[in-house]
Parts: sequence; C-alpha cells; structure tokens
Amino acid sequence: MLPVARQSALRAVRAQTAPRPLLSPAQSSFLARLLSTLAILEQKDGKLNTGSLGAVTAGGKLGGAVHGFVAGKAAKTIAQEAAKIKGLEKVIAVENEAYERGLPENWAPLLVENIKKGGYTHVIASHSAFGKSLLPRVAALLDVQQISDVMSIESEDTFVRPIYAGNAILTVQSTDSTKLLTVRQTSFAPAETDGGSAAVEDGVDPKVESPTEWVSESLAKSDRPELASAEKVVSGGRGLKSKEEFDRLIPPLADALGAAIGASRAAVDSGFADNSLQVGQTGKNVAPQLYLAAGISGAIQHLAGMKDSKVIACINKDPDAPIFQVADVGLVGDLFEKVPELTEKLKSQS
Amino acid sequence: MSSKLRILVPVKRVIDYAVKPRVKSDRTGVETSGVKHSLNPFDELSIEEAVRLRERKSPVEEILAVSAGPAKCADTLRTAMAMGADRSIHVDVPEDKPLEPLGVAKLLKAIAEKEKSNLIILGKQAIDDDSGQTGQMLAGLLNWPQATQASKVAIDNDTVTVEREVDGGVETLKAKLPMIITTDLRLNEPRYASLPNIMKAKKKKLDKKSLGDYGVDATPRLKTVKVEEPPVRQGGGKVEDVDGMIAKLKEMGAI
Repeated sequence: MLPVARQSALRAVRAQTAPRPLLSPAQSSFLARLLSTLAILEQKDGKLNTGSLGAVTAGGKLGGAVHGFVAGKAAKTIAQEAAKIKGLEKVIAVENEAYERGLPENWAPLLVENIKKGGYTHVIASHSAFGKSLLPRVAALLDVQQISDVMSIESEDTFVRPIYAGNAILTVQSTDSTKLLTVRQTSFAPAETDGGSAAVEDGVDPKVESPTEWVSESLAKSDRPELASAEKVVSGGRGLKSKEEFDRLIPPLADALGAAIGASRAAVDSGFADNSLQVGQTGKNVAPQLYLAAGISGAIQHLAGMKDSKVIACINKDPDAPIFQVADVGLVGDLFEKVPELTEKLKSQS
Repeated sequence: MSSKLRILVPVKRVIDYAVKPRVKSDRTGVETSGVKHSLNPFDELSIEEAVRLRERKSPVEEILAVSAGPAKCADTLRTAMAMGADRSIHVDVPEDKPLEPLGVAKLLKAIAEKEKSNLIILGKQAIDDDSGQTGQMLAGLLNWPQATQASKVAIDNDTVTVEREVDGGVETLKAKLPMIITTDLRLNEPRYASLPNIMKAKKKKLDKKSLGDYGVDATPRLKTVKVEEPPVRQGGGKVEDVDGMIAKLKEMGAI
C-alpha cells in the first residue's frame, strides 16, 4: 500500500514540474532506441492544420523518434512546411489527390502500409473529426484496440482518458504491440511550427480505391477564432430563447472579447446555433483562458466539454443552476439585460 | 436493381445519461449496480433512422437489433423492438468482462455476415466509455464504406448519400451499399415507444446467443489500471452586478 501511495504522490509532484521526462534517464534512453511514433498531420487546402500538431507534442512525450505523416494533393509542399515543426525527425509525404479529402477508406490502407514499413510502436492522431473517423478503421486493420481522447501519457503503454462524459478518469494499459491513440486537442498544445529541420521522405502509396465518393462540403464561415483552440469562448444556451436572440446577444459579446462562439446542446437542438458550435461530451472540448456561459444551466454533458477552462464565468437567472458550482465568477440575473450591459462596458474599456 | 435493405442496428445498454456516475471506492470502475440504465442515446437515433427508412418507403426487408452484454440487455433490445426493430439477438457477455470496441466489431462482423446485412447503423459513440470506435472498426473489418457522424441519410436504389458532421460544418459523401453509418445528434428525434408497441415488442423474436456461437475471440487488449474521480472544481462564488464581474475577471487575468 505504501509504495503505491508514494508512487502516486511522486507522480502528482512530477506533474507540477514540467517539462520533465516521464521515465528515468536510463530507462528513457533505452526506450528511445526502441520507440518510434508516427504523428498524423492534417491539412486542408494545402495548409497544415495546426490543431493536429498536438499529436507531435504527444509523440514527444513518449521519448522516441517522432515522424510526421501528410498525404494529399500538395503533400510535398506541405511536408516542407511540416519539416520545420519542432520535434519531428522526419516527415513522410504521400502526394496523391485521392487523399485530399481524408476519406478513411483509402487513408486506412495507406496508413497501415506506412506503419508497417516504418515499424512504428505508436501512431497518434488528433481526436478531431478526421482522426475519430480514421484511426479506429486503421486499428481494426492492424488488430489493435485503439485508445481514444487521451488526456495524458503516463508511460509508453499507459494512458489517461476521460469516460462517462469526463465524470471518471480512466488510466489504461495497452498490451498491443502497436499503440494507436487519438489525443485530446486541449490536453496537448500544438508543437511549434519553426525551429525544426526534419528530413522529407516519400511514403508508400498502396493506391487503394475508395468506395466512398466525396460530394461536397459546407463549412460555417467565420472570422472569429476557431472554437477548439480559442483563448476565449462565449457560449450561449437555452436561456437565450430563440435564434434571433442568440444572434443579437452572443456575437457582439464575443466580438467585444475577441472570443469564439460556442453553444450548449440545448441551443443547438433548438436551432439557435450551428451544430459545429456545440461544446460538450458529444460536441467539442474546449479549454480556453475564459469560458463565459450565458443561459446555460450546466448539465454534466456540457461541463464535460469545458470544465478544464482556466476561468469560467456565467450569467444565469437561476441561482441554483449547476453551472454556479463550477464557475469562478457567477452573476445571477436576466441575461437579456446583463449580456448587453457587459458587452457595452467591455467595449467602452477597450 | 435495388437491393432490399437488411438493416443491422447494434445497441448498447449504458448508465442513463441523466445519472451522474459514481466512481467505486476501490477505483476499479464506476458503480453500476442499482443504477438506472437505458439504451445508449445515439443508438436510439440509429433505430429511429432505420424505422424512418421503412416509413419513407425504402425497401426495408428487416431491421435487426443486436446487443452484447449481461442478461439485462434483453430490456434494451425490447425497447429497440418497441421502437420498430423487427427482431433481435442478444449475445450473452458477463457483466464483469465487458467487450472492448474491437471485440464488439469482430462480433458484429460475424453477425452481419451471417444475417446478410447490407446496412449497419450504429451510434457515433456510447456515452459510457466514450470511445467512438466500433462503427469505424466494423467498416474496416468488413471493408465496407463508412460515413460517421451522419446528420442526414438518403437512399436511392443502391446509392447512399450521407451528410456528416465535421469540424466547422458538414460534408456530403456518397457510396454504394453495403455500408456503415454512425449517427450524430442532428440525424433525427427518436420516438417514444407507445404502450401498444411495448406490448407488441414482447412477442417479437429475441434470440439468445454466445460469443462462441460466432467463433469470436474477444480477449481484451487493455487493462484498467485505475478509475478515479476527476479533480473537483471549486466555484468561486457570485458577484452582484456586471461591474463586479468585469472587476473579478480582470483580477483573475481573464480579460
């Protein structure tokens, strides 16, 4: 019992003194020779998606070599950009338009071939829509039990992830020879995009045809910061009562703060806001400096997506709403009065 | 020629979404005994979509619901049948040895092949383990096309068009049957099972099977080291007015 308590106490102390290797130096240099990680990098329209660079950071925590992987129409150009990412030893590029849309049907065999060729012990993707749709398919082809939404890496085979909407934290040890992980974007900061000098190398292209055809996309246009990576988030809930009120009150407040806009499931279900703005267990996870919730009661599913925010503020007319239990700053009041007042006062100060 | 749809809908019995789960004091898991369980909300959407396909006059030959787990999964399957599934299969798996998504995917592959399913609709994730993997794994094992996080499904002869939720919006994909679809919240609004339908569901066929019947090896790959409570966040109390809020946010360096 005592050693266990000591271990966990040690771990708690270690966690506070970052950066620091997870393992003792002797152990880690031994493992570093054996470990190698493939980090899946996402791109869109020929540009690296920096949100996916948490995979590189997570790979770095394992201690071995980290290689990046890009595929698509302009993969080689993107690979040159990716070569500057700090922490990458090599970037593997597969240039083929067939991979441009990130279809898992041809991406999965592509990755399987490249994982086998590189003999990787770990494969890490971001827990984004792309990573979520792709990595389990790869895992099945490799006969591996993937680990989703990893929040922290304890050792090369032991990982921490939330279950039950973040109401419990599971530490799990994998016995698979290759470990496949998707990592939580808010838990692993993107790797720096300069200072590195990785070699660029062509990957294998099995050229599997996708039975799925990409038809079109419709993305919500926004000049605001991206929700998942924003420093500040203003989020609205059912208390706003209608889409008109949501659009009247929330965007000005977000603008006054330079914040991204989020919404509760109730607000999305009622059609006040687009589904891509949903924060919570089944939507996005955010961990901004400031999360300001207006008219959100704070159901466990919503808290799951935002309770790692640095500062939580809320405006709600119900003083007993659960959101007040987690908020650092709570204001009981009618949001139809308080939100405009807050917006005005913030504007006049800036 | 269009093929008749033989829809397979895997469903999971989970702790009800409204219950706040409690971590066991020995840190081996979450307390499940004496806790209200229900059909995983995303699986309700799957059943609903299958039933709506039939109501939209798609040529649905059969809707088969499947669940793997302890004896009480039979209740979950009865709910699925009350919502409109035609029959169901319960694969008995002891409560203390739950399957991992890879094991479930292997089992579902065997069932889909045996039952000649050509459309499998799964929830995008179960709200207990929050893995979000089974549908994609199954698609990989069967080598079928997949459309995850579907918010709209249209079937025209053998062609399936799916609108799916992606980061920042939606995208539309097209593929031919057979296909795997996983459901997202916006897909539909599941119906409540009416009392007459609940009564009728009691007469529908529910087969009991075991993992051995399908020759599936579902040895777990992951070991639970521990399950802990998340760190508790302390609320910082209330402020009187907007000025108080701004002052406090400034003090905390948030603005």
